[in-house]
Amino acid sequence: MKFRTYFVLRVFTCILTIWIGVTFIFFIPRMFPSDPVENMLGQIISRAGSMDPRELELMRSSLRVQFGMEGSLIEQYFSYLRRGLLRFDFGPSLMNFPEPAGNIIARNLPYTLFLALTATVFAWIIGNLIGLFAGFRKNKMSSRIMESIAICIYPIPYFIIALVLQIIFAFILGWFPLQSTIFHHGTFWDFFASLLKASVLPGISLMLIGTGWWIISMKSLSSTTAAEDFVLFARFRGLRESEIGWKYVFRNSILTQVTALALSLGGVFSGAIMTEIIFGYPGVGTLIQRAILQSDYNMILGTITISIVAISVSTLIIDLILPFVDPRIRYS
Amino acid sequence: MAAGISIKKFWKNANFRLKAGLFGTAFFLFLGYVVYYFPHDNPILFYTHTPRLLPNSVNWLGTTTLGQDIFWLLIESIHNSLTIGLIVATIGTVVGVFVGLLAGFTGGTVDRVLSVVTDTFIVIPSLPILILMASLMRGSATTIMMALVLSMFAWAWPSRQIRSMALSMKERDFIHTAWFSGEGTVQVIATEILPYALTWSLSNFMNATLVAIAAESGLAVLGLSPANLVSLGNMIQWARDRNAIFAEQWFWIGSPIVATVLLFIFLFLLITGYNDYLSMKRGR
Repeated sequence: MKFRTYFVLRVFTCILTIWIGVTFIFFIPRMFPSDPVENMLGQIISRAGSMDPRELELMRSSLRVQFGMEGSLIEQYFSYLRRGLLRFDFGPSLMNFPEPAGNIIARNLPYTLFLALTATVFAWIIGNLIGLFAGFRKNKMSSRIMESIAICIYPIPYFIIALVLQIIFAFILGWFPLQSTIFHHGTFWDFFASLLKASVLPGISLMLIGTGWWIISMKSLSSTTAAEDFVLFARFRGLRESEIGWKYVFRNSILTQVTALALSLGGVFSGAIMTEIIFGYPGVGTLIQRAILQSDYNMILGTITISIVAISVSTLIIDLILPFVDPRIRYS
Repeated sequence: MAAGISIKKFWKNANFRLKAGLFGTAFFLFLGYVVYYFPHDNPILFYTHTPRLLPNSVNWLGTTTLGQDIFWLLIESIHNSLTIGLIVATIGTVVGVFVGLLAGFTGGTVDRVLSVVTDTFIVIPSLPILILMASLMRGSATTIMMALVLSMFAWAWPSRQIRSMALSMKERDFIHTAWFSGEGTVQVIATEILPYALTWSLSNFMNATLVAIAAESGLAVLGLSPANLVSLGNMIQWARDRNAIFAEQWFWIGSPIVATVLLFIFLFLLITGYNDYLSMKRGR
């Protein structure tokens, strides 16, 4: 298969995934008996005491427009696809009325991407180096200890690691603030320093689990590669161990890990959402939580649509880069 | 007698991780399904004990600010979390095996459509969709509904694995022999394919249990798990809500954290140990 065919196929699969995903999140809420417009009206009525039925009807129809719920189901669906997917327009946010939900998400998304991507890259590099070492010299005591630590960290859910770090480093030791604050006024460096300070604990939570996984998987990959005949042959040729490790074992194992990186992005994003909520880091996760607490329906739909698009597109990008890294790939 | 010998043989061949995982998981099952039925005060009710007690001979892990016994609250959480995990894993495995076999054996258009749907469900980020559904059900959700929602993402991975297993097995000689000797499709699947599929499904089943418990506790931290469900995640979330950290009530917030961490490590050891055991049995 040519690269062009591979390219077209991958882009097509990505679009298909996004389409099925957003179709799903469009129809699911409509299968539930709860109606966001009626919920909203209920809240308003309970605050206002009583209302004129004619005004109530007016309010209902205007809310239906705001929520993108006017017209038949099919019309709503196509208008959601057109507005939501092509223009990222999800209607006004209710908690920050009348600012469009899309704008608020666009402000918060870079923070989440910064956190998730930095943590992923660091975890990937550190984990794979340790994993290589542990797999290549698997009989050493230090290799065993490293692997045991990884096995004890990887299965723990993100928010628990985050919570434990928060208790130890922010509450007991007081090295970091309990909740993140980022300065938007002042110089760029004030902003950057506060961003770094706010990102350390959430970043470490994400990194610990990621590193654990890369150690475990790289260890098993590199110990399999180290047992192959060509590695034995290299030893017979009298090559130095470090050379065998880098040029023979590492280069042959790392490519699988690039593919695995693409598959892990969804998990990292979910992890970032949970971690952000624990630390109050101002990303998409915190936004989702606030939207849920205040029943901001447009915002919930918007953040979730954007999450699906972001994860699918980043997976696509890694998949498209892969053929340039791995000369052996067969575009399958 | 035969069972005794095979258990002995299993134990001899089992690796350290499998043994440790088995012991640990069995301990949690014991807590969740045996200790749970020992007579005790209802741990959900407020002020059945003196609030804010440290561990003592009556309240082994102390009491909460609301006068609940932490030990029995923990047992209740372990019971409910395990139950949700097991329900989700059961549904996911049964549906996954069924869809996978259907796709693998029917082939053609059915296979193509099922494969596209399966692959999409594997790639789609599940947490955002779970958040959406849980926030719609807020207040009205029950434990069973929660389990059903979580199951939506539990079937895709086993389905893909079982499909490729079915595809490769379809062409094996012993399957052909079974076809030619007049066995129907259902019979071939039930007697020849399922035993193979089940060995693999067991490992997937344990993994699905772990993922479901993690997902439920994640939703609980978002405040989206049913409010009447005492799960490990909800117990942590309630302790956080009631400022257990600021009040330094470490047993209240700490015991569900420690329990979750241990449960997950044991399940993970069980899974990797079992997979190593299987590949060793296959002679690799």
